[in-house]
Amino acid sequence: MIDLGSRETANGSPTAEAEPEARRGVFRRLRESLSKSRQALTEEISASLFDRIDDETWERLEEALILADAGAPTTAAVVERLEHEVDSGAVPADGVAVRDRLIEILAEVASTGRAPIDLSGEPAVLMMVGVNGTGKTTTIGKVAWHLSKEMGLSVVLAAGDTYRAAAAEQLAEWADRAGAELIRGESGADPGAVAYDAISAARARGADVVIVDTAGRLHTQSNLMEELAKVRRVIAKQIPEAPHETLISIDATTGQNGLRQAKVFSESVEIDGVVLTKLDGTAKGGIALAIASDLGIPVKLIGVGETLEDLRPFDPSEYAQALLAE
Amino acid sequence: MFDQLSDRLQSTLSDVRSRGKLSESDVDAAMREIRLALLEADVNFKVVKTFTKTLKERCLGSEVLNSLDPGQQVVKIVNEELASLMGGTGSELAMASSGPTVILMAGLQGSGKTTACAKLAQHFAKEGKDVALAACDVYRPAAVDQLVTVGERAGAHVYQQGTEADPVEIASWALDQARAERRDVLIVDTAGRLHIDQDLMSELTKVRKTTKPHDVLLVVDAMTGQDAVAVAESFAEAAEFDGVVMTKLDGDARGGAALSVKAVTGKPIMFASTGEKLEDFDKFHPDRMASRILGMGDVLSLIEKAEQQVDEKQAEELQEKMRKDQFTLEDFLTQMRQVRKMGPLSGIIGMLPGMGAMKQLKNADVDEGQLDRVEAIILSMTPSERASPGQINGSRRKRIANGSGTKVQQVKQLLKQFDQMRVMMRSMANGKMPNQQQLAQMSGTAPRPKVRRR
Repeated sequence: MIDLGSRETANGSPTAEAEPEARRGVFRRLRESLSKSRQALTEEISASLFDRIDDETWERLEEALILADAGAPTTAAVVERLEHEVDSGAVPADGVAVRDRLIEILAEVASTGRAPIDLSGEPAVLMMVGVNGTGKTTTIGKVAWHLSKEMGLSVVLAAGDTYRAAAAEQLAEWADRAGAELIRGESGADPGAVAYDAISAARARGADVVIVDTAGRLHTQSNLMEELAKVRRVIAKQIPEAPHETLISIDATTGQNGLRQAKVFSESVEIDGVVLTKLDGTAKGGIALAIASDLGIPVKLIGVGETLEDLRPFDPSEYAQALLAE
Repeated sequence: MFDQLSDRLQSTLSDVRSRGKLSESDVDAAMREIRLALLEADVNFKVVKTFTKTLKERCLGSEVLNSLDPGQQVVKIVNEELASLMGGTGSELAMASSGPTVILMAGLQGSGKTTACAKLAQHFAKEGKDVALAACDVYRPAAVDQLVTVGERAGAHVYQQGTEADPVEIASWALDQARAERRDVLIVDTAGRLHIDQDLMSELTKVRKTTKPHDVLLVVDAMTGQDAVAVAESFAEAAEFDGVVMTKLDGDARGGAALSVKAVTGKPIMFASTGEKLEDFDKFHPDRMASRILGMGDVLSLIEKAEQQVDEKQAEELQEKMRKDQFTLEDFLTQMRQVRKMGPLSGIIGMLPGMGAMKQLKNADVDEGQLDRVEAIILSMTPSERASPGQINGSRRKRIANGSGTKVQQVKQLLKQFDQMRVMMRSMANGKMPNQQQLAQMSGTAPRPKVRRR
């Protein structure tokens, strides 16, 4: 069972609480995936922190955070804060204490009012946006599978990527696996119309959740961003408060450009959360820290692998620990 | 594309440039700025360290400090070092002397391999080569369908065996087919894979050993962060790639991945993918790109682009019309479409020397939508109206506005601007350059700042 969102399941039992056993599994997996190939980083951190605390410590920490893609401003802010706390005596100049405090600070930066995904709408409408190749369609497939197979909800998918060749076929495969219904248009059809049809279909059938896929687009293409805003308006015409949740997928390997992506997308469609994908590689996904601290947009889900179970809720403190785990 | 990096470097360097004498601390300060600028551009941390060290040594060398114009020397050195960091002058693909040239494409998920395959295929097809694609991504749902669609659009034949067969076998079978059918080029698309996925990486090695490609290209997303280096190193081992295709360069990514991959693996960036269309694919010229980062413009690329897109005869005819003051709205439309074929205007502006530094121009963010409106307005006119816009009165304006989905005000404005343009053309044809005021009126903006002389 997975805490994808808060909603009573079809049979009425709450699903928000995941079992401790499963949780441990999740985090072990996350920690493993985050730390497996980054021994260099963790060695550097633990060594420098357990030795003595001096200027070199802060320099190494800066290096480690930069290498994790946290970005210069976020890195500077975190290190400065920690250094100040140690200098002022608020945190004892002891390796373990400093390290723990670092994890706390990182988690604090990452957690900006984390809320579960809002599934309260009737139907709840989720919209997935993002740059090309960040994993939108795959994420939708996984979310649909969890909602349908684990939470017992009926799901309708809207194949709003009418641009990329075979995008609808890709989503169709996922719909098939998840047992969700797929609403699609012709190739090149108006994505707004597809979303509209999907919501109408969901309402007619009393479905619980509609997930709207959209074509990947670079945030610099203003006409495509305008198209996205239009899809959102079309959805809102059907259900005024919809989409209840708009998620942007950000590839964990993304560098500082991820911040621009989140910013520009949120200007055109109001982003509720980030799905940080491909965390199973060696990339540390530190850009999520920058996004949270700069824009106040929380990470809601993380992708740590190819299988259906590898979509996970985001836990800031576990993430921070995994980032620096030995 | 490298805008942000370019901005940072330019402001740092213009500071250095303005000084007559440089002290060591001046150079240190500049190096700190450059270091931060490169880090913000996602250049790998270790690459930055080495780069600034080399740079500093050269800048403190006698060639700079003793020169008459040390600031200018520093700019020159940064430019040279940037270019060599990205791979000196351009590199070429190895082609087979007989039989099909085999090119293997590899990369992470979502880096844009399938699209890059089709773009590369079209690149060869344009040279008159018979190109085939092998669909070896059997893992991602519908990847084969995607390759078939975009491959055919690119004018290439696609060898595919669905998703049940083994990728190594598909590759080997496709190569046999390509040989038998005497194709010139075979491009092998593979599934995206994580560089730490042992099984898939060894599968990639098998595909490489089976097909013995002439070139292996690693597809890298320009937005990649610090991890680009780890990825490139792993793929260098498993795929022994020869060069890099940098994708999504049309975004505003600062392109640090581009700077780092060459530095770490020694493999050059060969192609750059710069847009959604199949034509948005160019050979990568590191030296030109370095100049562009520094705001020195990339006139060579611009000229090449123009040569590809502009029909010379048509251009001459247009020029003749301008001279004779017979330039109509119809001609204006043709010309506008030709310029737009060269790619987004913001990209073209970036290629002009000095333009990168003109904030006002950049922030104006050339509105492609406005150009669409202009097209729509002209298309809503009758041929006779396009030829002699003088006859367009109030009711015609209303009809045109309705037809093009614009406002009467916008139609009026276009006609006014067109009028001013004709006045300007007349004076240009008579050998006079338009003044700032005229230019400003034409573009509907306030007078622009003068381009700084270097």
